[in-house]
Amino acid sequence: MSTESMTLPMSDAAPRPLVERLHEWVTTVDHKRLGILYILYALVFLMVSGVEATIMRIQLIRPNNHFVSPQVFNRMFTMHGTTMIFFVAMTVLLGFANYLVPLMIGARDMAYPRLNAFSFWITAFAGLLLYFSFIGGDGLYGAGNAPDVGWFAYAPLTSLTFSRGHSTDFWIVSLLLSGFGSVGTAINIIATVLCMRCRGMTLGKMPLFAWLNLTMAGLLILAVSPLTAAQVMLLIDRYLGGHFFDTQAGGSAVIWMHFFWIFGHPEVYVLVIPAFAFASEIIPVFSRKAIFGYPVMVAATVCIGFISMSVWAHHMFTVGMGPAGNTFFVLSTMAIAVPTGIKIFNWLATIWGGEIHFETPMLFCLAFLFQFLIAGLTGVMLSVAPFDWQLSASYFVVAHFHYVIVGGILFTLFGAFYYWFPKMSGRMYNEKLGKVHFWLFLIGFHLTFDFMHIPGMLGMPRRIYTYEPGRGWDIWNLIVTVGVFFQAAGVLVFAGNLLWSCFRGRLAGNDPWNAWTLEWSTASPPPAYNFAVLPEVKSRRPLWDLKHPEDPDWHYE
Amino acid sequence: MSASTVTIPEDAIRWELPSRGRVAMYGLISAESAIFTIFVVAYLFYMGKSLTGPRPEDVLHAPVLLSICLLSSSLTIQFAVAALSTGKVRAFSLWWLLTIVLGVVFLGGTAREWRHLIYGEGLTLQRNLFGTTYYSLVGLHAFHVTVGLLALSAVSLFTFRGQVSQQHAERVEVLSMYWHFVDVVWVVVFTVVYVVGR
Repeated sequence: MSTESMTLPMSDAAPRPLVERLHEWVTTVDHKRLGILYILYALVFLMVSGVEATIMRIQLIRPNNHFVSPQVFNRMFTMHGTTMIFFVAMTVLLGFANYLVPLMIGARDMAYPRLNAFSFWITAFAGLLLYFSFIGGDGLYGAGNAPDVGWFAYAPLTSLTFSRGHSTDFWIVSLLLSGFGSVGTAINIIATVLCMRCRGMTLGKMPLFAWLNLTMAGLLILAVSPLTAAQVMLLIDRYLGGHFFDTQAGGSAVIWMHFFWIFGHPEVYVLVIPAFAFASEIIPVFSRKAIFGYPVMVAATVCIGFISMSVWAHHMFTVGMGPAGNTFFVLSTMAIAVPTGIKIFNWLATIWGGEIHFETPMLFCLAFLFQFLIAGLTGVMLSVAPFDWQLSASYFVVAHFHYVIVGGILFTLFGAFYYWFPKMSGRMYNEKLGKVHFWLFLIGFHLTFDFMHIPGMLGMPRRIYTYEPGRGWDIWNLIVTVGVFFQAAGVLVFAGNLLWSCFRGRLAGNDPWNAWTLEWSTASPPPAYNFAVLPEVKSRRPLWDLKHPEDPDWHYE
Repeated sequence: MSASTVTIPEDAIRWELPSRGRVAMYGLISAESAIFTIFVVAYLFYMGKSLTGPRPEDVLHAPVLLSICLLSSSLTIQFAVAALSTGKVRAFSLWWLLTIVLGVVFLGGTAREWRHLIYGEGLTLQRNLFGTTYYSLVGLHAFHVTVGLLALSAVSLFTFRGQVSQQHAERVEVLSMYWHFVDVVWVVVFTVVYVVGR
């Protein structure tokens, strides 16, 4: 296998000029540096997109508010959704996968280091292109700048008639490019996991993190490619005068919905499976127990991957698909709760009887377990077609999917940041500030998203720019907006903590958590070649075997 | 291995992982298949929904000869790969060139067909839904043939410069997987456009 060591100069050599160091980062093909680039890039967009969400919430804080114009409001929700999904969630999760998968499977780099760099830079370029629309989207028409068609861009809003100028074109091309980047990385992850494992690491002995990212990568290939196809069709419609989504010429607006959600729903699982991966690594370490039911966890994950490709049209119950279609998608959507439930019970069983350490990563994972359960329950409620007819496109739906994405994915992601920060930077974060972040964010999250369900049930539709007083929505919107400021404060504490700890934190050493997977066996931060000698493993917890030669895991597995 | 008198530890023999080239090519092929699936679904969904003519049954003629060309190129590329893996570089370069020629003939045939449809029948991409879906699906496939031909030509160039030898057999085989995929897609496109859709 091609595991030749990289010839990158060590980063802790004598200080060199800034330009030279920057040049090294730009031209790097090292999976760890690319992983960090992905993560930093996502953090920048997290801030940008968070500001967009804050603008929307300030606009909705009281009835008949005029903080921004309706046009700006439309741009804000479009950019917020698009950025958060494609340039925050996807990039940060691919960044963690990039950084951790080779380290966890005992490899020296990804299978295709240059493809890796290409994927990152094309994704980075795609994000810049999306935001360039604020400057260049006007075109010659003076017809508004940033995309304002919503993140799922239903036809005919995207047709030339209704979207003059180039804002929608920027949206299309940006998503097309980011799709190429993420499919490239997905192929890379699959090739790495299947072909680069160290001696002895059979598929059944891989860390769950590697298994879950393998599933995610497969799902990503099958989910993002249909979006690429749909975007090409939209480009054909807009630039070559095609009629795919042109109802005037017999085209169909509904088929765009199908194509978009064939991407859109598996995409949720592309995002949540890496979150499961974080939880599956963090919870055992802070419960001081091996993961409960490893084979079942793997099976449930793969099962989720398959089922998630057959549930897309539950986003479309209000379109009128007829009883057969509705019934199928109701049942398949409910079915996906089964493997997900299995995972929750396995995490609970891992914690059960363990010696629980309440450090910041574990706090975030515990909150994740509770919140993801609730998010799943509102999901099952919405999967019932008649219930969905009542509440579709209301704030109840907005609350539901933010409960999944913020309460589920973002919470484990923060946990992952604290858990692997010592490995990436070589220094410990400040535990006290970490806890401040956790509690601020927890309070903010519940203020915002618990109370957001209520105006939804009272009939408040999503995407409205403002509303009349006296409909019973006022107080709830006020509470929701107040929560946003707690969340923003939490994120600022988080950013400050990481920045400060990067330079001033105490040194972490190789293995600050007394953990069991291979990334903790090498230096923090790891050298460019990862492992001086390629490791050989006999069980799922190689570092446990090393620390307890008298009672190694492979006696029991 | 087991017949050898030297005792090799059992683990050392068994630790074999799949080739990363092949795995990555399967990944790429899955992604491309998903893209083609969406275009095929769109074609099938819009069949017979055009508001104006020309209709497929009036203007399309199945390009049987061209299809035979493209499909036999799968055979010739297989011969080329087999030749290289036994070290016959000259045979390889000839079979490889023949593959390229067959691919170019196919593309030329598509170009002629399109010229006839556009100038003879007045079917353009903007004319009706049939035009939109037909040129998109067949064009997407032709685009993949073109990309494949560029890659094949690059290998030919390397062969003429004497840079290809038996040790590159696996890489060439991975590239041939892509070519086979393009051919298989043509079988689907042919069935959908010229058999079912006509």
